[in-house]
Amino acid sequence: MKSDKKDKTGQRNKNLYYGFSFLGVVIILYIVLFFFDSENIYLSLYASLQIIIQILPVLVLVILLMGAVNYFLKPRIVSKHLGKESGIKGWLLAISIGILSHGPIYVWYPLLKDLHNQGMRTGLVAVFLYNRAIKIPLLPVMIFYFGIGFVIILMIYMIIASVVEGIIIEAVEHKTVARRKDA
Amino acid sequence: MADKKINMTNKETIAASFSKALKSFGVSVPILLGVVLLLGLFKIYITPELISSIFTGNLFRDTLLGSIIGSVSAGNPITSYIIGGELLKEGVSLFAVTAFIAAWVTVGVIQLPAEASILGKRFALTRNALSFIFSILVALATVVTLRFFT
Repeated sequence: MKSDKKDKTGQRNKNLYYGFSFLGVVIILYIVLFFFDSENIYLSLYASLQIIIQILPVLVLVILLMGAVNYFLKPRIVSKHLGKESGIKGWLLAISIGILSHGPIYVWYPLLKDLHNQGMRTGLVAVFLYNRAIKIPLLPVMIFYFGIGFVIILMIYMIIASVVEGIIIEAVEHKTVARRKDA
Repeated sequence: MADKKINMTNKETIAASFSKALKSFGVSVPILLGVVLLLGLFKIYITPELISSIFTGNLFRDTLLGSIIGSVSAGNPITSYIIGGELLKEGVSLFAVTAFIAAWVTVGVIQLPAEASILGKRFALTRNALSFIFSILVALATVVTLRFFT
C-alpha cells in the first residue's frame, strides 16, 4: 500500500486509468456476449442495476464515514488506535469493526486506503477485511443450515485465521521494505 | 468576531474533509462499477446447479474445489449458506462446504482488480492467496473440532 503523499496525484491518475481500463474490458465483454446471448446480457445488466440499488445506502455511509474520518481522525489518533502503537486493542478494534461493518467488501476499500494513509497498520486492514466474513445479522441463517456448534467453532477459527493472516501480511511487508533498503 | 472567524474556518474544514472524501471515492468509482457489472454476469451465468455439478465425492479434491469455487464466486454471504446447505443435502462433504463458504467472503477473485488498484497489488495478492490457504485450514480445523465434540 502506498502512503507517500508526494506522488498522490500521480497515483490517483494511475488508479483512474486502471479503473477505466478495467471498466472498458468489462463493457467489451458485455458487448461480445450480447451478440451470442442477448437475453442473458439484459438479465445481467438488470442484476447489476439491482446490486447498485442495494449498495447505494452503504456507498453513502462509506462516503460520510470517509468525510468524518478526514475531519475528526487526525493521523495521530488513527496511529494511536489502529497504528503500530495500538497493540492488542488495535487488533480487537479491527476485528470488531470488521464484524460490524455492512455491505459488500469492495465499497470499504477507499475508506481503508484513507485510514492506512493516516497510519492504520497493514495487518489491521487485512484483519478488518477477513472479519467481514462474520456477519451477525446473517448468523441465524447460518445456524439454520449448519447448526449452532458449527457456527461458533467456525467463527472462532475465522477470527484466529484473520489475526494470523494480518501478522503474516505485515511480516511480508517488512521483508519487502528491508529488501528494498538493502538494494 | 474571532468566534465568527473560527466558525468559518470550521465550516471550511468540514467542506474540505467531505470534498476530499468524495474525490478519494470518485477515483474508485470506475473500478467498482466494473466489479458490479462482473457480479451481474456472475449472478446470471453461474447457477447453484452448475456449482453442485462440479463436486466429485473425493474428500481432498472436493475441499480444494470448495475453496476454488468459493474464491471465484461472489455475492451476499447468505447465498453461500443456501448453496452450502443444498450441497450438504446432495452429499457433498462438510469439509468442502465449509471451505466453500469460508472462501466465498474472504477470497475475492472478482473484486481483486478493485482491491489491487485501491489497496495495492502486493497487498491484494498476498491477502487473497493467504485467505485461500486459510479457507482450507479453517475448514479442516472446524470440521475436526466439531466431530471431536459431537
